Amino acid sequence: MKMIDDNKFSLMSVLNKFGPFLGLLLIYGLLVAFGPDNFGSAANLETIARQTSIVGIAALGMTLVIILGGIDLSVGSIVALGTVIAASVLQYLVSKTEASSMFDMLSLRADAWMAIVAVVAVLVASAICGVINGLIITKLKVVPFIVTLGTLLLIRGTAKGLANQQKVDAPFSWLNQLLAPPSYEQRWILFAPGVWIMIILALLVICILKYTRFGRHIYAIGSNEQAARLCGIAVEKVKLMVYITAAWLAGIAGILQFSRLSVGDPTVASGMELDVIAAVVIGGGSLSGGEGSVTGTIVGALIMTVIRSGCSQIGLPNWIQEIVTGIIIVMAVTIDRMRHSNTK
Amino acid sequence: MHNSSVKEKLPKLSMRNISKCFGATVALDNVDIAVYPGEIHALIGENGAGKSTLMKVLSGAIAPDKGQMELDGKPYHPHNPLAARTSGIGMIYQELSLAGHLTVEENILLGMEPSVCGLIKRKDVRQKTAQALSYFDHPEITPGTKVCTLSVGAQQLVEIARAIAVGCQILVFDEPTSSLSGHDVQRLFKLIKQLKDRGMAIIYISHFLEEIKEIADSFTVLRDGKSVGSGNITDTSTENLISLMVGRELGKLYPRSNRTSGKVLMEITDLAGAEKPTQASFELHQGEVLGIAGLVGAGRTEMIRAIFGLDSVKKGKIRIGSYFGPASPIRRWSEGVGLLSEDRKCEGLALSMSLADNITMTNLSGFGPLGMIIPARQLAAAKFWIDKLNVKCQGPKQKAVDLSGGNQQKVAIARLLQHNVDILLLDEPTRGIDVGSKKLIYELIDKIACGDKDKGIHPKAVLIISSYLPELLGICDRIAVMCRGRLNPAHLTKEVSQQQIMFEATGSNGRDKFQK
Repeated sequence: MKMIDDNKFSLMSVLNKFGPFLGLLLIYGLLVAFGPDNFGSAANLETIARQTSIVGIAALGMTLVIILGGIDLSVGSIVALGTVIAASVLQYLVSKTEASSMFDMLSLRADAWMAIVAVVAVLVASAICGVINGLIITKLKVVPFIVTLGTLLLIRGTAKGLANQQKVDAPFSWLNQLLAPPSYEQRWILFAPGVWIMIILALLVICILKYTRFGRHIYAIGSNEQAARLCGIAVEKVKLMVYITAAWLAGIAGILQFSRLSVGDPTVASGMELDVIAAVVIGGGSLSGGEGSVTGTIVGALIMTVIRSGCSQIGLPNWIQEIVTGIIIVMAVTIDRMRHSNTK
Repeated sequence: MHNSSVKEKLPKLSMRNISKCFGATVALDNVDIAVYPGEIHALIGENGAGKSTLMKVLSGAIAPDKGQMELDGKPYHPHNPLAARTSGIGMIYQELSLAGHLTVEENILLGMEPSVCGLIKRKDVRQKTAQALSYFDHPEITPGTKVCTLSVGAQQLVEIARAIAVGCQILVFDEPTSSLSGHDVQRLFKLIKQLKDRGMAIIYISHFLEEIKEIADSFTVLRDGKSVGSGNITDTSTENLISLMVGRELGKLYPRSNRTSGKVLMEITDLAGAEKPTQASFELHQGEVLGIAGLVGAGRTEMIRAIFGLDSVKKGKIRIGSYFGPASPIRRWSEGVGLLSEDRKCEGLALSMSLADNITMTNLSGFGPLGMIIPARQLAAAKFWIDKLNVKCQGPKQKAVDLSGGNQQKVAIARLLQHNVDILLLDEPTRGIDVGSKKLIYELIDKIACGDKDKGIHPKAVLIISSYLPELLGICDRIAVMCRGRLNPAHLTKEVSQQQIMFEATGSNGRDKFQK
């Protein structure tokens, strides 16, 4: 009797670990077998990776937030704010010729420096968004859903105001190449720089969750906040840090979004927070906290891109993609629920 | 002689003249307590006597208004729970405070992970965990196990290991046995005695005076926020402890009027659930109290859940009145059956709602026309029961969460009465509540079963599950014992002894068959 239980449990734990990944393989395999001819090609894989990177990076932050037992609805707005700020800063710097001559003195190409300044500006702005989210949640004790619902509008409005309600043109810089497919001479890098950024950040977040006290405390708070407090964990500080990190990662996603658009668009990525949350949830994250994994999240994001790109390459209309994605999300969470009731 | 030599030592912990007020309520009034190393000190008192507040002061969760605390003779002023932990005070709470998603290892060192620049030192973690777990011989508790997959008893051990890993010298156990089965209780006692032999000072809080007699060396009794007595446990009697706790002669603890049982209200034939019970048959008559005894895990709760339509019925018949068919809780309520869950906090009450809402929850009709709820009428109905059952509260608008355990239980019973059910299924109705409140609940059950002919109140049928044998013997008319899912035929209480019940509960049907 005991033995059977153990076997069942270990099968369950295999599903726990690789469930989303098996799902991804299944969907991908189906599309390769029955979909368009070149769906299995290396070039298409590279495209899928590039299309995943923006949602993927934002979802890394969301993974932390959801493990913590919170939610962050403002990520889409932060992405939009990121594109606007990156574009505005570049535009401003170009208009100031003095500035560019100063960069010349530093014997670096002017546009390279401008892009760095733009990136720093985006990171600072998104960190401020994170601080606002985190402080309201921890100091004023408002539930994260409401706080970030508010900041979703607040940040989106700010982005629109900064951009004067229109797209912001920006000069060309290396930022625009972050999500360009690698050229033939550079094919040794395999993926576009933006994809590598996602991979490196994912590894970083994995390490944080696995090997640091900070990561351990995130899980502990999400699992049982009261216990965490009793054990002397600085719950408020950890929460604040997590919301800042999440906003930061959303900011980086914003830079990549800017790279893809090459303009600042205050209306871009509206509704993206839902994709981001879906990625985490498909990957095994539990909205009640304590559960979630980085690899799961990336796989979740990939699943959604594969469905989208598969559907559009087959030539299915947009609405079918949406229906399929919706079904996948509900199925993933249902399987998650069943898994839970089995282990308990 | 031995004891006096212990007392000559410096107390490990002394708390003197501790006072604490919350607004106008005096929670603690000049409380004194001293605990010595290598001693198990029982802290006794009714619910609301101030035990929890005193322990919150000790653990740094709240600051006292006045008074001194000393650890090893040095002043001790914890500002928060972490400071208390690092000073060597470990709390083992009634509601386990573990992070279920984390592993045993991660829980044991939670908040104190050895680390360099935020990076966890895995080697140290493993070593410290192994050291803490070496106290117990429990192979099933491995460092990598997820805590939510462990049994309640094992989880408790993880909590104890956590306190040991931190280097705690004083351990506070708050009602540690309330959710454990008999076997786990003995394991826990063995462990506590081991810890005592290693020179730890242990504060043990429990409502079970038998346990305290068994395990404690000395005691302090709190009543209404004052320490009213202390001494060696061997020098005192249980009756003395009770009268110190209650502050008055309790009189007869188990009231029982002359009851005559009437017609059969509920008849269960060969009931079997998904796993438990495997076989249960009994009749429940109007005007009687039927007790179901048995060990934790025998399937008693599952049986009444199946009767109430909460769990599936595999086979067998349940007849209530003239109805045989399948049931849902809604159907059962409308047939006049009410269930009191053993899990008051999760299933019994909506703690964040008011007493009025809780009492009237199952029956909101009759408070206004067209299904409307007129607050004044709802409050009046709640007030009626609050007065009648003597619930200590500020009024029907108060939230259930603010009440003590005993008063919460009265509110839960009031709901059944407000619904005017004929059959009450009570699962562990006196768990975790103090002896004074227990007595009130016994009186209430007696009154319910007797009815009142003058006021035209019909006698009701009560089925009560309890793991506490003396109370079953005290208040029931008949007692049936469940063992591993099988319900034995009921005995008349007058004709059965505690021993006989224990024999049946442990799976041997009486003395004659015990040999086999």
